[in-house]
Amino acid sequence: MPQYSEKVIDHFNHPRNVGALDKNDRNVGTGIVGAPECGDVLKLQIQVDDDGTITDAKFKTFGCGSAIAASSLATEWLKGRSIDQAGEIKNTEIARELSLPPVKIHCSVLAEDAIKAAIDDWKRKKDSGTGD
Amino acid sequence: MLRIPVYLDYNATTPVDPRVLEAMLPYFTEHFGNAASRSHSYGWKAEEAVDAARRRIADLLGATAQEIIFTSGATESDNLAVKGVAEMYHANGNHIITCRTEHKAVLDTCKALEQRGWAVTYLPPDAYGRVSARQVEEAITDRTVLITIMAANNETGTLHPIREIGDVAKRRGVLFHSDATQAAGKIPFRVEELGVDLVSLSAHKIYGPKGVGALYVRRRDPRVRLAIQMHGGGHERNMRSGTLNVPGIVGFGRACELAGEELETEATRLGDLRDRLERGIFRRLEYVKRNGHPTERLPGTSNLSFAYVEGEAIMLKVKNLAVSSGSACTSASLEPSFVLRAMGLPDDLGHSSIRFSLGRFTTEADIDYVVEQVTAAITDLREMSPLYELARETGETRDIEWAK
Repeated sequence: MPQYSEKVIDHFNHPRNVGALDKNDRNVGTGIVGAPECGDVLKLQIQVDDDGTITDAKFKTFGCGSAIAASSLATEWLKGRSIDQAGEIKNTEIARELSLPPVKIHCSVLAEDAIKAAIDDWKRKKDSGTGD
Repeated sequence: MLRIPVYLDYNATTPVDPRVLEAMLPYFTEHFGNAASRSHSYGWKAEEAVDAARRRIADLLGATAQEIIFTSGATESDNLAVKGVAEMYHANGNHIITCRTEHKAVLDTCKALEQRGWAVTYLPPDAYGRVSARQVEEAITDRTVLITIMAANNETGTLHPIREIGDVAKRRGVLFHSDATQAAGKIPFRVEELGVDLVSLSAHKIYGPKGVGALYVRRRDPRVRLAIQMHGGGHERNMRSGTLNVPGIVGFGRACELAGEELETEATRLGDLRDRLERGIFRRLEYVKRNGHPTERLPGTSNLSFAYVEGEAIMLKVKNLAVSSGSACTSASLEPSFVLRAMGLPDDLGHSSIRFSLGRFTTEADIDYVVEQVTAAITDLREMSPLYELARETGETRDIEWAK
């Protein structure tokens, strides 16, 4: 187990935005990435208003301390951003903010993937015009 | 009184028992002689102490003192046993039988021999981590020169049927080495009853110092010979050269003596504490799986998988607990424990595993504290686990034998 930065420990001990949004809501985008057998599964959800602004974000994560911290940080950053700004979040920024050790960089990659998957899900719903 | 953090990692290492330390101290300063110095009293004093320690270690195994070769630890003992036999008996064959859940000191030594033309059979254990004597017998060919199967597994505590394997080895005329690092001093382990020819031991797993170990090498029926792995002054019946670590050896001897004296009461006490830990956890949490044999295992070891949460996160959450995990996130590799994997445990449950190993200084208060802390941590982490959410939504349908 690596020595984690204070920020990782803080997010791990006081995770922001744990929970779930209604995945059937047409304004909610859900991204699930990772695999149980690899030891990481991130589920990230965004709620988007009509202007394309993210009004809420929630996560649930199966994984190590840095996977949980990266998810928590991602939800914090997502809130209040536009969909376009959200799509610009890079794993390197997450890794830098949390001072992740090299062996934990993949956790920040998963967080970026989860953001992208949630955005794609929301866009798909919006384009298809259905609520389910 | 609770000592924080609670140490439940005795299979990794143990503290030196104060009685052991006391025995060692004079041999750092006052009696500092080289045990190989035959010309003065400093040397004689050291040799005397080494001889006494050798007897104590032999006594624990029911062996004779001359059959104990001192080494730097169990890793060296395993190397010496496996390579020493392989090279010495090369004319008789080139085949070794071992198990997939052995310690890396055995597995990597076998792999190194494979590079040099040896054939190795890695027996798959059952779901409890055991191989059977029958599996061993069926793997024997006329080229087999060595069987090497550990007595107790370090991760799960599962015991292999050593006596039955010893019978097979004897009947088929194959040498039998057993790494008893985790077993000796914790459960009865007598070389004559078990029919083992070589046994690896380590001092620091039984409240002795680090950096000392031993290899039991049978002298009669049959007399086992080893190819030298460490050349030099011809110490240890020429099987392992190097000036003896006298204080360490004295400590090792005292540690074996104490382990032998307290073995029965301590095994019962630790078994009760281990059961208290498991009962406490099983009563409070669902979806916990016990890894390892339910009865044929060390008294102080409990390996549990807490489904839907990851091992490193558990250890981070339970701040005041020193344990280890089979999760990949706790090691340099990207894969979960190879031991649990060899037992057929799905990888997600490997990532969710925690090994609790209890020992001499573990108390009931420690266990009760740990049960509370672990229960709270798992409950918290499951609340933020998407897999737990899914399991509750769909109903758990996996074919896993959850502990009750």
